[in-house]
Amino acid sequence: MEFPRRDAPYLSPKADVSAMMLQVLLALIPAALAHIWYFGPGFLFNLLVAAAFCVGGEALMLRARDRDPTVAVADYSALVTAALLAFALPSLTPWWVTATGALFAIVIAKHLYGGLGFNVFNPAMVGYVVILVAYPMEMNLWVAPRMGDIDYIDLTLMQTIKYTLTGMYPDALNFDAISRATPLDAMQSGLRNMRTYAEIRTNPMMGDFGGRGWEWIGNFVAFGGFWLLIKKIIRWQIPTGVFAGLLIPAGLMYMIAPGTNASPGFHLFSGATILCAFFIATDPVSAATSPKGRFVYGCGIGFLIFAIRKWGSFADGVAFAILLMNMAAPAIDYITKPHIVGHARRGDHQ
Amino acid sequence: MTSGGFIEHLQTGLWQENPGLVQLLGLCPLLAVTTTLVNGIGLGVATLLVLTCSNALVSATRRWIQQDIRIPIYVLIIASLVTCIELIFKAYFPTLDRSLGIFIPLIVTNCAIVARAEVFASRHPVAASIADGIGMGVGFAMLLMAIGAFRELVGQASILSRLDMLTGGEPFNGFVFADSGLLLAILPPGAFFSLALAVALKNHIDRKRSMSRSEKMPRDLRRARR
Repeated sequence: MEFPRRDAPYLSPKADVSAMMLQVLLALIPAALAHIWYFGPGFLFNLLVAAAFCVGGEALMLRARDRDPTVAVADYSALVTAALLAFALPSLTPWWVTATGALFAIVIAKHLYGGLGFNVFNPAMVGYVVILVAYPMEMNLWVAPRMGDIDYIDLTLMQTIKYTLTGMYPDALNFDAISRATPLDAMQSGLRNMRTYAEIRTNPMMGDFGGRGWEWIGNFVAFGGFWLLIKKIIRWQIPTGVFAGLLIPAGLMYMIAPGTNASPGFHLFSGATILCAFFIATDPVSAATSPKGRFVYGCGIGFLIFAIRKWGSFADGVAFAILLMNMAAPAIDYITKPHIVGHARRGDHQ
Repeated sequence: MTSGGFIEHLQTGLWQENPGLVQLLGLCPLLAVTTTLVNGIGLGVATLLVLTCSNALVSATRRWIQQDIRIPIYVLIIASLVTCIELIFKAYFPTLDRSLGIFIPLIVTNCAIVARAEVFASRHPVAASIADGIGMGVGFAMLLMAIGAFRELVGQASILSRLDMLTGGEPFNGFVFADSGLLLAILPPGAFFSLALAVALKNHIDRKRSMSRSEKMPRDLRRARR
């Protein structure tokens, strides 16, 4: 939307979709570099495959719906979906798994619901959940981060490309040799096997708060997130809500029973918490829109993440939490309608 | 729709008022058992038989059924028919019966059948009711088979697996095209996606047709469903 310039030399604000999406993409660059540093170049290939299939699917669907493909492809929204999907994937993912997720995200979750602005669910998370359910083994192949004394397998560039293209493990290696438990996996299975929190934290993979390497990626994500906040691309309500919804119950449980619960710091710096708070939950289409509603929406996501991590069967619950709250967003908006100046507040009597 | 010949009654259920695609009735078995084509055929045929017989019986006895207690009587009629079908399946297709499990007895609760008894058979003569039963039953069975075939193809990359449950003989694992498919199609969400795609496809075809004919016949139908 361009605002026409009036008499005085006002600056016309750039408030169009492509500028906004471009900012989001730029804000993800530090996190992407950190991801590549710790988990190898696989991320780049995932991003490439996801971007190709997201943009391709977008163009195809726009053509099928008799819209101009060039305009909508240029708004970068498909690329943001691709980037978020790529962040959710293990660094080693065969290309057809990524492609399935990308196509599902764009074709079904976005365009069959009416395209950008009408999708009820966050497309990237729909795509991620679909491949998480459909390819459980491939989606569990997380490698260890590249950190001095952690036992990690350093795959060469060629080995990574070969696995991405064919899904075949490099010579003399197999699934068990490459894959490592993520910090969340280790925490969940450890706690369920009656080991205490402090005991699990002695594992060399654990860092200051979350897993080593993982928590640093979180920091870089937060860096981009704060930049978005300063640029006013996202509002503070949703991230604050997510952190409050996750950290308050986690903190209470940790205070009551510190042996059998992970600390709030661990929750904050593990999995996709920070990415979710700044980049995924803040999707303007599928989130709640009223200021109060945004906070409630964020709180719901945070609490569901906590609940799934603590009581669920999946180690992390960000995608499911987002999808569940997407369903609740219209109801939240309805309940938290902002007060209109000049009209009586609810319950006021003249 | 209420007036018309045998053939018209037969046709309405196949497409225009397909119980699964348009009325969205009987979704519980439709979603639950359509993991393979053979399962779809099994449940489709069973439902077709029950639906045709129950329509005939309800229509034949419609003058003696008390208005106030008609639904329990329909259920009684349907339940006895389903029991017959279940015993027949147990006798002649034991493996198929085990594979479909509870969903054969559950045909009693298939709302498509009660709906046809209430909406059609209780106010039409026997011949028309039988035509309606066959039309609706075949329409439902076709949808079951289409979704079953689609889910099997996508989910397992095979077709007609366990055909031996219908024909007897050696266990047959179907025509296999690849080692594995997209697991999601076989899981419950896959059923919802497949049904949604089928409904969308039907609406799309209807719209294309009404556009080319420039006659807005199915539009009323669409409005009614909104």
